Amino acid sequence: MTPKKQLIGYYTMMRAEFVRIIRIWSQTLLPPVVTTTLYFVVFGKFIGSQLQPIDGFSYIQFIVPGLIMMSVITSSYMNTVSTFYFAKWTRTLDEILVSPMPNWVVILGFVSGGVLRGLLVGALVLIVSLFFTHLVIFNAFILVSALVLTSVLFSLGGLINGVFAKGFDGISIVPTFVLTPLTYLGGIFFSIQQFSPFWQQVALFNPILYMINAFRYGFLGISDISIALCFTVLIGLVVLFTGTAMWLFRKGIGLKQ
Amino acid sequence: MASAVSVTDLRKTYTGGKGPTVEALKGVNLTVAEGDFFALLGPNGAGKTTIISVLTSLITKTSGTVEVFGTSIDTDPSLTKTHIGLVPQEFNFNIFEKVENIIVNQAGYYGIPRGQALKDAEPILKDLGLWEKRHTPSQQLSGGMKRRLMIARALIHHPKLLILDEPTAGVDVELRRSMWTFLRKMNEEGTTIILTTHYLEEAEQLARNVAIINKGQILVNEPMQGFLERHDNKKLEDIYLEVIGVGEAE
Repeated sequence: MTPKKQLIGYYTMMRAEFVRIIRIWSQTLLPPVVTTTLYFVVFGKFIGSQLQPIDGFSYIQFIVPGLIMMSVITSSYMNTVSTFYFAKWTRTLDEILVSPMPNWVVILGFVSGGVLRGLLVGALVLIVSLFFTHLVIFNAFILVSALVLTSVLFSLGGLINGVFAKGFDGISIVPTFVLTPLTYLGGIFFSIQQFSPFWQQVALFNPILYMINAFRYGFLGISDISIALCFTVLIGLVVLFTGTAMWLFRKGIGLKQ
Repeated sequence: MASAVSVTDLRKTYTGGKGPTVEALKGVNLTVAEGDFFALLGPNGAGKTTIISVLTSLITKTSGTVEVFGTSIDTDPSLTKTHIGLVPQEFNFNIFEKVENIIVNQAGYYGIPRGQALKDAEPILKDLGLWEKRHTPSQQLSGGMKRRLMIARALIHHPKLLILDEPTAGVDVELRRSMWTFLRKMNEEGTTIILTTHYLEEAEQLARNVAIINKGQILVNEPMQGFLERHDNKKLEDIYLEVIGVGEAE
């Protein structure tokens, strides 16, 4: 398959996914916006107004980057895991597997769908946040890099989950019991500087902490962890997940008997 | 004549999971000539779908060699997949998608630009009586239309080899006959066809060569005409039952 044909295959997957996301916008785009708006109202306005500023920023300004990132993480992951598992369950995945598209194009197609939804949701949540507070951008490059890399990482995570999932339970276990706790404990609502030294060390084992801190640095210029370390962890995990996804597809694990 | 499909000592053993290990293919040898209309017959679980799934890379073979138009599925799967159009047994298209989009998306996966695919889809949809339904979500189609949609989707990239896994299952007689006409036309125009079916009359009417598989082994592989003559021109159904060992028991 020539590179031009591979590009057409990739475009076809992306186009189909974009049309699907927009067609069912009330399921794909609206819920995270509603949920995050409630966070802004409850934690940002009602509770946040009672709290001391953190590093010179109001509490709502402090939590906005984390809440955007939470929406991006959840949307990217859920999009890929649900799309991939549904395709596997209905056997529509066979349409793609019998085609000459190489594995990397198929993986890229699914992951790009997750990234697309993640970024759309992130943009919507960002717009909503502007109704509650004003935001400045400290470093646009770091902000965008952290956002895109995190979205890619969790889209890959969703894909790997989808490969292993054997039922609809299998696509909800990780988001419920792994992703949600790690996200909530990943520094959205607090700075780990507020922890005791022991718990600060424990918190460093949470990979989401690095993503939220990198993204917050892009907005506010503050971070609990060095930005270089944040990006090292993020890029390392993207490489690891990409390698895992490629290996699973090459071996046909979860795809072929 | 060159071979469209060449299968040598193909073995497939299903392992793992909680179920028992199943040896689905036990050293299958099979050749389908280019331009042939080939019927692959056998009872449920005989190994027909497993052979098709290996050809289309939907399952991984345990051992053996498989070539499609002279290219091994191991060395250049992308090329062999380009040659094949598959009509699977079960409906496996997106039921929320419109007919036209299902076809055009499939074309895209083969590297055909959307504009070209829309043009290419028109005669195929017209030939299969689906043109008026092109903007209809596929879940609203009748069973027969869904079968024809599967064929249309398989043809959009102009494959040299069309594999049909029980394409007329559950289809009424009238529609089945019209599908026969369509498939004959495809074959006359040069498309090699491999057909699996439980309607033996269908195989008798359409196929020039026949293979019968049972319990993972090929029992018969010869020209249809010669096969029938060798069995005193009995009905294919009766010969089939004898071959797979059911006739005598009855």
